Amino acid sequence: MAEAAASVDREAARLTELDSAIGDADHGSNLQRGFAAVVKTLEAEPPGTPGAVLTTAGRQLISTVGGASGPLYGTLLRRTGKELGDADGVTVGELRAALRAGVDAVAQLGGSAPGDATMLDALDPAVEALATSFRAAAEAAGQGAEATVPLQARKGRASYLGERSIGHQDPGATSSALLFTALAAVADEGEAA
Amino acid sequence: MSGAHTSSEGYVGIVLVSHSGPVAESVARLASGLAGGGAKAPVAAAGGTPDGGLGTSAELITEAARKVDGGAGVAVLVDLGSAVLTVKALLAEGDELPEGTRLVDAPFVEGAVAAVVTASTGAGLDAVAAAAGEAYSYRKE
Repeated sequence: MAEAAASVDREAARLTELDSAIGDADHGSNLQRGFAAVVKTLEAEPPGTPGAVLTTAGRQLISTVGGASGPLYGTLLRRTGKELGDADGVTVGELRAALRAGVDAVAQLGGSAPGDATMLDALDPAVEALATSFRAAAEAAGQGAEATVPLQARKGRASYLGERSIGHQDPGATSSALLFTALAAVADEGEAA
Repeated sequence: MSGAHTSSEGYVGIVLVSHSGPVAESVARLASGLAGGGAKAPVAAAGGTPDGGLGTSAELITEAARKVDGGAGVAVLVDLGSAVLTVKALLAEGDELPEGTRLVDAPFVEGAVAAVVTASTGAGLDAVAAAAGEAYSYRKE
């Protein structure tokens, strides 16, 4: 989570820039505020299990982000955390199954599917590629985000732009790719340790 | 956020969630004003972020819902995007909003007037939600 927060911090300006083209120019700052609150909460009361870390983080995002990415990412993390339950350790396979449930919950909440130019375009292929490795998941998320460029946005504020949304990379898919890259970086460290 | 009225027992409470504080406040005043004389159902506005910016605040929404909860249920009307998603996510939490809180699918301004007028007659949550939703079928041309 600290790595995720750090990468959101580093890229906040770029996310907001992407959002200013087709959205309301607050995606970076919203996520920055949300993840800062997540880190603060986790430091103050460190949860005992991976599942609890994710549910606590998700709850914070819903409370503090202020934009649609809050309830969407909040739901992703909370649902994934709930699926993991109170196990002390988690295998990659278990994490992948839990993330699948989380991504499905996001799709249901937003009423969207891959191809709508949303965060799902990064999340969905990332969870699939997690069957191979964390690195592959991060790459798939990045490719998924880039693949939103030629798509017409069908959800959220960008959808009002119709065809004018074509040619812009979706900010939500971009931040999703950042989060999977952060996850891969942490997983690499874990393997090296 | 400030409620146009204090909570009263037995009425369905109405919460108005907009991306903008002034929009939520104004629609609350409009709806209460049009509900006219007699007893009125409690209405609370939850607009914008706590620092006065544009957006949706889970904190302001839960505060507003608790304020108008008189035990007969709470109807939440929302404008767009994150307002819809935040209320849905809060409802999914289970314990964030008072029991009997419902997201009502309705146009924001017209639905708010219909909801407050209906709730002020002492009608239940189903009737309030139905009246607000019916506002969609009123065409303007």
